[in-house]
Amino acid sequence: MKALMFGWEFPPQILGGLGTASYGLTKGMAQQTDMEITFVLPKPNGDEDQSFLRLVGANHVPVVYKETSNEYIEQIIGKLTRLDDYLHYRNNIRYDFSRISTNELGCIYFYGRYPDNLVEEISNYEAVASVLAHSLDFDIIHSHDWLTYPAGKFAKQISGKPLVVHVHATDFDRSRGNVNPTVYAIEKAGMDAADHIITVSNLTRQTVIDKYHQPPHKVTTVHNAVEPLEHAETVIKAQRSEKLVTFLGRITMQKGPEYFVEAAHRVLEKTNNVRFVMAGSGDMMHAMIDLVAKRNIADRFHFTGFLKGKQVHQLLADSDVYIMPSVSEPFGISPLEAMQVGTPSIISKQSGCAEILAHAIKTDYWDIDAMADAIYAIVHYPAMYKSLRNEGKAEVDSITWEKAGLKVRKIYDMVLHQ
Amino acid sequence: MKNICFYFQLHLPYALKRYRFFEIGNDHYYYDDFQTEETIRLLVEKSYLPANKTILDIIHHSNKAFKCAFSISGCTLEQLEQYAPEVIDSFRELATTGCVEFLVEPYAHSLASVFNELEFERQVQLHAKKIEDLFGYRPTTLRNAELIYSDEIGEKAYQMGYQSIVVEGGRDILGWKSAHYLYHHPHKKNLKILMRDYKLSDDITFRFSDKSWTDYPLTADKYIQWIANAPAEEELINIWLGYETFGLKQDASSGILDFLKAIPYQAIVHGIEFITPTEATQKLESKDSLSAPYTSAWGSEEKDLSSWTGNDLQQEALQKLYAVTERVHLCKHKTLKRDWLMIQSSDYFRYMSHRNAYNSPYDSAYDAFVNYMNILSDFLLRVDAEYPSSIENEELNALLKTITEQEKEISNLTKQLYTKNKK
Repeated sequence: MKALMFGWEFPPQILGGLGTASYGLTKGMAQQTDMEITFVLPKPNGDEDQSFLRLVGANHVPVVYKETSNEYIEQIIGKLTRLDDYLHYRNNIRYDFSRISTNELGCIYFYGRYPDNLVEEISNYEAVASVLAHSLDFDIIHSHDWLTYPAGKFAKQISGKPLVVHVHATDFDRSRGNVNPTVYAIEKAGMDAADHIITVSNLTRQTVIDKYHQPPHKVTTVHNAVEPLEHAETVIKAQRSEKLVTFLGRITMQKGPEYFVEAAHRVLEKTNNVRFVMAGSGDMMHAMIDLVAKRNIADRFHFTGFLKGKQVHQLLADSDVYIMPSVSEPFGISPLEAMQVGTPSIISKQSGCAEILAHAIKTDYWDIDAMADAIYAIVHYPAMYKSLRNEGKAEVDSITWEKAGLKVRKIYDMVLHQ
Repeated sequence: MKNICFYFQLHLPYALKRYRFFEIGNDHYYYDDFQTEETIRLLVEKSYLPANKTILDIIHHSNKAFKCAFSISGCTLEQLEQYAPEVIDSFRELATTGCVEFLVEPYAHSLASVFNELEFERQVQLHAKKIEDLFGYRPTTLRNAELIYSDEIGEKAYQMGYQSIVVEGGRDILGWKSAHYLYHHPHKKNLKILMRDYKLSDDITFRFSDKSWTDYPLTADKYIQWIANAPAEEELINIWLGYETFGLKQDASSGILDFLKAIPYQAIVHGIEFITPTEATQKLESKDSLSAPYTSAWGSEEKDLSSWTGNDLQQEALQKLYAVTERVHLCKHKTLKRDWLMIQSSDYFRYMSHRNAYNSPYDSAYDAFVNYMNILSDFLLRVDAEYPSSIENEELNALLKTITEQEKEISNLTKQLYTKNKK
């Protein structure tokens, strides 16, 4: 089984959950011995782990035929792309994309990430997809998130191979209902063109059915999993006399930071042996600092700013409680990461991961009292902490990408035999 | 001669209200009265009243051949008195037929037998008194909450003066033996043990209206035939169920009450009689001693205590609760003592089980634990206010003794003073 996947992020260069999920899923699927994955990225860095899949950089795929010497090609792209591959792609350019500005190799420049000209970049990615669809051999196309739907759709039109789109989030999650019409149109067109749609939670599945008008039988949930943490033993909880409650993520409307501040205020009315940390940055950060000051808890409520890599795991491990009060979260991988290092998690019922976690506390995102109650219980009742820590870790360790990969494989098989 | 011993359990804990941590120390009322009333009324109307009426009818129609026993926990009796006194009247009427026996159990349907012997004894006495007050009858057979039993509990029951005890007929205790005989305690030979036939009991409770069951539909004819087909020397078939089976677990439309009605007639046809637990111990001979070194209970597959004490949450809650037993006994405060009983119901701990929390009003074991611990924290603060935990129990006893003796001393001295003045 050969799959052609279109993605947008891949570790170590990641900005959100999409990259982590793409990596985990492909790695999990690679455990199936007959699975060959070609993963297309706008702009790989060269430091990606390619041991289990073949990575193709869209910025090294020519879309306009330009005559250059082989030496020059090697010199420009040789580190990441083999000369033979380049020549093979170049021989398979069937459409005229000369309207797009390209370099002397006929390749498009991609920013990757989420630049201002995102829509243009998405359509350029589509052009690359056409060349790849003509030059590669594959059985199925798999598009990760809306940025890559047009590419997947075009590849399907050219090759006639079935398309599976993977919904990691919808614009309804990002905007609390105020959807951007351009984004919605791209999402909807991709879903309409798909032979099957994979969603990361039942919550998202319902959104896809209700808001994008997809027939329920065409939509299947495959919950995300979490990669086993490397060097887990090096992340050790520091001993301290006070308890630490942590929020970690973008400080935006979607993540519900204000509910965390209010819950902290509730807890601090009753007890003072607790500190609260809000890690991350975002457009609501200043409003949150104001709110903390207004509630008069600034001496026990701290902002760290944006954290990276090891710092994240260290903070998670040092915490006594991890909290994710998201208003709408398609899946939400961070509570699973917290549980991996043995930190009890409180998550909102409006998070996709709540569907698969039994040993985490689930409250409504708006239910400040319940949230405060859960925080109080974890820091005051030892059995609560111990039980969530041990049972939670065991639970998370059993949620593997390999299992998720098998579910995706089942969907492939089903689509191919339709 | 075969005998069927029916016994029905009635127990419903008080519904605890949503109690947040910021109420600790401020709010000392722990119950959701509205919820309690709603649940008990539902049980009363769908199950208890119609079932009581059916049983009264069959006692009369069978010319008092039908007999059965009831065990009604103390907190359930209180709820019935408050919200459905007509059910108490109906039980009184049943009691006057002489065909009904009431069993004694720990008042609060608690796990005290496992955690504190004294508390267990106290609750059994309290319940016996309650039964006597209500039905004019001193119970003689002990039924421990959740049918919890071990050799030690049996010995304790015997020391309290009970001649018989009812026990879940699990394989761990019985081994190759049959549940269809009367047994006795290995050391206290006068304590008789009745063993529940869980297969026949669960056939009614769980499978009666299960259409996927191979024996569906279950008729009284078929059921009694099974019993009649058992080896001739097996003489005691103990069928014990939760009373809510009639009308609630098995809906009235399933014909469960008609099934119950038809049982005595089918039994009479096959020459099978009915017997109450105490009668059984008097009429029948014990076949053998039965040893139970490990504690067993009904309910789960495992027939052990894991549903109530199996995880860290349950252990912490129970340990914190029973750690103050002696202090609460010293207290004179009446509401405190009542709360002490009410928050002991075994159900609250089962709700904290990850695997076996059926009927739980909570979202999860954690939710149940948090709510209970908040309540318990407030309760412990109240106990602490009466007798600070900084003082050891022995010291406290000595101090209390001084206080009471001090009063005597003062009155003595006043008397002396008075007589001196007179002179």
